[in-house]
Parts: sequence; C-alpha cells; structure tokens
Amino acid sequence: MKIHIPTPLRQYAEKKATIEVAAGNVGDALSALTNKYPDLRRHLYTDEGKLRAFVNVYLNDEDIRYLHKESTLVKESDNLSIVPSIAGGACACCCPCRMLL
Amino acid sequence: MAMATVTQPDIQSANLSNDEVLRYSRHLIMPEVGMEGQLRLKAARVLCIGAGGLGSPLALYLAAAGVGTLGVVDFDVVDYTNLQRQVIHTTADVGRKKLASAAEKVKAINPFIQLQPFETRLTSENALQIFRDFDIIVDGTDNFPTRYLVNDACVLSGKPNVYGSIFRFEGQVSVFATKEGPCYRCLYPEPPPPGLVPSCAEGGVLGILPGLVGVMQATEAIKLILGKGEPLVGRLLLVDALGMRFRELKLRKNPDCPACGQHPTVTKLIDYNEFCGIRGEEKAVASNVPEIQPEELKARLDAGEDIFILDVREPHEYQICNLQGYLIPLGELPKRASELDSSREIVAHCRSGVRSAKAVSFLQQAGFRKVKNLAGGILAWSDKVDPSVPKY
Repeated sequence: MKIHIPTPLRQYAEKKATIEVAAGNVGDALSALTNKYPDLRRHLYTDEGKLRAFVNVYLNDEDIRYLHKESTLVKESDNLSIVPSIAGGACACCCPCRMLL
Repeated sequence: MAMATVTQPDIQSANLSNDEVLRYSRHLIMPEVGMEGQLRLKAARVLCIGAGGLGSPLALYLAAAGVGTLGVVDFDVVDYTNLQRQVIHTTADVGRKKLASAAEKVKAINPFIQLQPFETRLTSENALQIFRDFDIIVDGTDNFPTRYLVNDACVLSGKPNVYGSIFRFEGQVSVFATKEGPCYRCLYPEPPPPGLVPSCAEGGVLGILPGLVGVMQATEAIKLILGKGEPLVGRLLLVDALGMRFRELKLRKNPDCPACGQHPTVTKLIDYNEFCGIRGEEKAVASNVPEIQPEELKARLDAGEDIFILDVREPHEYQICNLQGYLIPLGELPKRASELDSSREIVAHCRSGVRSAKAVSFLQQAGFRKVKNLAGGILAWSDKVDPSVPKY
C-alpha cells in the first residue's frame, strides 16, 4: 500500500512524498514505515508507543479513529495519509532544535 | 451535506445604489448571487484575523465582492520579506502598519464597504469582544496558539471559522465550528509539543500558496454568506501545489471534542501560549549561554586568533550567505558533535542567534567548555560588521 508523507515529515524519510509498504493493517503499515525510517517514530508515536494526538492518520479519506484505529485492515490498493497540523512559516512553538534541550 | 448555519443578515434594510448595481453587475446577472445574494453580501460582517499572506487575498477579494463590513485584526508592520506573498502591501508600504496599508488598498478597491480595523494582537481577553459584531471569522494566522484561540472563540460564540493553513507548498482548508460540523479541535485536540514540527528556519512558504489558499477561504466565506453550494464543512481539503493535487478527507464531529463535544472542557478562553508550550523559552536560552558580540569576533579574527566558526543553519541558508564557517545544521549536531574539537574556541552562529544559542547549550552539556554564541547571528554581523552580507 502507499503511505503519503506530509511535507514537514519528509525530512525524516529521505525527502520522499510516498512510501510503498506491504502490510495487513494500519498498525503494521506504520511499523513498516518507522522500521524503514526510525527518525519518524518519535514524530508519530509517544514514548508509550501511542499515536500522537496531533498526528491524524487517514485510510483513503477516512480517519482511522472512526474505523478500527491501528487494527483497521488494509488492501494493497489503499492509500494511508499522515496529516499533521501545520501553521504557516513563522511559528515559535515548533522549533526542532528544542529537541536538543 | 447540511448547510452551515450563519446568522441571517438583515437584508431587508439594505439596498444598492445605482453605482453599486453597476459595480456588482456580474454578480447580479448570475442566479446564484442575484440581487438577494448581493444584499446578503452587503449585510454580511466578516472578520479576517491577520493581514498577511492569507489575509491579503482574503481582504482584497471579500472587499471587491462587496462584503459590507470587513473587520481586520493585525498589529504587525510590513517588512521586505512579506512582499513575496502579501500582495496587499507594496514596496512603498515597508515600515507601515499592515492595518493602515491594507485599509488603504481595500478602500481603493471598494469605497462602498465599511472597514473595521483592530490594531491589536488577538488575545483571550479581547477575542470574544471583537468577534461579537461579526457573522463569520476567517483565520489567516500563522501560529498554533492563535489557531486554537480562534477556534475556541468561534465555538464559544457560535460563529463559523473559515480555516486555511499553509506550509511550504502544502495547504489545508476547511470550515470549522458550524453548528452541525466539526471544529479544529475535533481534528487536532491538542497542539504539537514544541520541537515536533519544523521551525521557521526550516519552514518558508511558496509565495503563491497563501494566494491559492486565501482565495479558497474567501470562496468559502462568500458561499456561507450566500447560503449556496456545498461548504467545506466536515471536509479537509489538502492542497499540494508542487504536484498540483487536491485531496479531500472526511472530518467528523468528535463527540468527545474538548471544545464542541457533548461534554466540553473548554468553557472559556485559556492561555494559548502556555497551551502550546511557549513561555518565553527562546529568550531564556539565548541569555543563558555565553555570547560574543559581532564586533569583538571580527577584531579577534582580524588579530589572527584561532577561532572555529560553527554555522548551525541549513545548507540552503549557507548558500544565501555565510561567514565561511563549518556547517552542521542544528538538527544534525547530536550525531555530528564528534566532528568538533573541544579544545579549540568555538563560536556558533545561525541567522538570528536563537538556534545557535541552543547549539551552544547542547555543546556545553556535551562537555564543550570554550563555546560561545554569536549574538544576533548573521543578521547582527551584517548590521554591525559587514553590510555586504545580505540579510534574509
């Protein structure tokens, strides 16, 4: 299946816009993605391993929260989209360098 | 798709002069607008938050279309870096208040409309008061705290929030907080913690994108006023200008939404900077690390002292201008700190001094003792030492 990576996260996925993975459900697809690009993991998951509240995942045009979340079954022809919140160019609250401190 | 509920404007008392009939003739002769629609537009009161990238096309088109009362909230001043996308402002406006500049253009386009300027930052204290006299709120802001503030104030005051957001060459558009539809918090209950979304330094925006997204917001506002068509309620439109692809996602009203759900926990406006994790940290970091002034660095380099210049910006920024420093982007510093010699004196710099302050703080924690931040970054270097270095 195809996973669409949004612009802000492409820097952690070799700048790719879409990634093909083989998976049976949404959780497996995201695991396959983060195994391939480990830097993406902390952007998608909390330390406790839960999907972050500000990252929405859509299977085709439907929010997985309203399907069966990460256990939602997927087909090879499906599209999975990661949709994070974005806010303009100038945003003081989201500097990546804070991760260092 | 249920129509969004907008306060019915009082069109009984409105009428058009002959000059207005001529001006709006291309609206009047189409059945979707007609005289009734144009009177609705004239009676409508729309508030634009921000007179920047999104606010420029919004204000221009809403004014041209004949939206009778147009409020604009902005406290900023026009600068040169705005001109690439904020088309309501001209080169001659640099240094002026954006509000004054925008008001002048709006009035020049359509002297028949009432412009209500609010020269202030939208805050939890003033938002509900400002929103009170408007029917539709259009969010043209560029930061998370104001986005949550606008959303919550729209939910609390029962007014639709025409939402648009941009990043580089990607945009999102929707209509939130209608009675039947979801709000921004149904989509994003909480903001990203500091550090997980790219920064201003890595941000940037394709100049035409706010034009594209702002015009879509203006279209939605006008549809809400006319009560025509299918508004973007319950739908999130994703715009990829690079691929020129438009995708649409379904949004649902979340029954557990903290703002508009069945048991809301947001019952009044809160401190949105705190909510988004901003507490003047930037300045605190900058002032806590050892600094060197540009003039002192220049003098010491001229004297032939051995100082290692570390540039923590991104490679594409290095191409704009540089001090011939050694480039390690801040995000790569943890992995690449071993490339640095801790026995040498290091001066770190970035564009303005914020990122390099973090680099200095990080290096100190990693055991570097002789490391300083170039105060004010390459901008201050250009101002105080070498004006041939371009500012960006």
